[in-house]
Amino acid sequence: MAGESETLTAGSYIDHHLTNLTFGQLPAGTRPGQDQAVWTLAQSGHEASQMGFMAIHVDMMGWSLLLGLIFFVMFRKVAKNMTSDTPSGFQNFVEMVVDFVQDNVKGMFPYKNPLIAPMALTILVWVFLMNFMDLIAVDLLPAAAAVVGEHVFGMDPHHVYFKVVPSTDPNITLGMAFDVFLLILFFSVREKGFGGFVGELTKHPFSHKNPVVQTLFIPINFVLEFVNLIAKPVSLGLRLFGNMYAGEMIFILIALMYSAGPALGIFGGGLQIVWALFHILIISLQAFIFMVLTIVYMAQSFETDESH
Amino acid sequence: MSFNLTFIGQMIAFAVFVWLTMRYVWTPITKAMEDRQKKIADGLSAADRANRDLELAQEKASQELHEAKQKAAEIIEQANKRSARLIDEAKENAREEGERILVQARGEIEREQNRAKEALRAELASLVVIGAEKILETSVDAKAHSEMLDKLSAQL
Repeated sequence: MAGESETLTAGSYIDHHLTNLTFGQLPAGTRPGQDQAVWTLAQSGHEASQMGFMAIHVDMMGWSLLLGLIFFVMFRKVAKNMTSDTPSGFQNFVEMVVDFVQDNVKGMFPYKNPLIAPMALTILVWVFLMNFMDLIAVDLLPAAAAVVGEHVFGMDPHHVYFKVVPSTDPNITLGMAFDVFLLILFFSVREKGFGGFVGELTKHPFSHKNPVVQTLFIPINFVLEFVNLIAKPVSLGLRLFGNMYAGEMIFILIALMYSAGPALGIFGGGLQIVWALFHILIISLQAFIFMVLTIVYMAQSFETDESH
Repeated sequence: MSFNLTFIGQMIAFAVFVWLTMRYVWTPITKAMEDRQKKIADGLSAADRANRDLELAQEKASQELHEAKQKAAEIIEQANKRSARLIDEAKENAREEGERILVQARGEIEREQNRAKEALRAELASLVVIGAEKILETSVDAKAHSEMLDKLSAQL
């Protein structure tokens, strides 16, 4: 499906599905006859990895922005026509989501901050939409992209890589998690003061009345607490990435069955339905978990009187 | 799948969308929802108040009705009493009038009788004198005899 011109093996099919459409600075000498660095679309996974940090996953970024925009436009439309009279239609749904987010924030974040609840709403809906892309048949959008790439941009259809689930890219999930991390640092310093924040990192979990012993504990405490701090964004981002990546991988593997004879194909169809139904649970749950953990981390950074 | 600018891009995109949501989505929606909550609470309390008012009004109405009935009964009773008294008075008056007329009539009759008696007496006295004159054929000392006859007639 991905490219009729070459023999399609299971390996190349999977590879193709896991490679991003990458636009970046290709170092000199990667392609034959290329004597200087150029900004271009990567023609293969190898080229994409040669680009290093100076590259952007066009497909991931594009879908992420598009889905974010869909979320914003949908909710903005309701917000603009918001009435405090009897709500109807889509407003009911939006209010339900907003209410749900508000309940969660009120339950877990007992402080006043105008940023937390809207951020939680953005995360919930946006991450859900990103995850939802997983439920669209794995080959549908990449195949469409190949057709567009071939006829509109004149590319070799086999080199049109196209992933559609932004949350299967660690760049996307970690990008959001890192924003959350920056907010953790910001609010921690703002609420506890710099000294308070450093104290939190160095006075726990081991503490002693004797100041000399306490001083000895500082490096140990710092290592433990620093790992704890760093683990927050990393686990937040990688949890979502891992779940979605694994889910997509299983869809790809199931899709491989369609080319392995009618019996296995039918079996694969059944499996796909079952996995898709189960995956509905996962995508909602992961969006919810990302939101809840963000709220919890924010609440922790606001906690001034800690009792470990 | 490598670590690259997408990370930075998503960081910026996330920040922008959170800001947009905070400014253009969250605030108007939660404000409208709060307004509605307030409206509903106001409506419910107004309904409560109206119900209470209605109850009070009903109570008052029934009380007033009761009072009116009582008053009507009182008035009727009074009227009955008054009419009975009037009838009694009228009866009494009629009886008294009747008696008075009767007494008057009796007095008249008596007077009439007396007058008749008087006349009769006088007539009788003169008749007797005439008769006696005739009988005696002589003149009689009219003066002495009339005195005696007067005495006689007074005895009648």
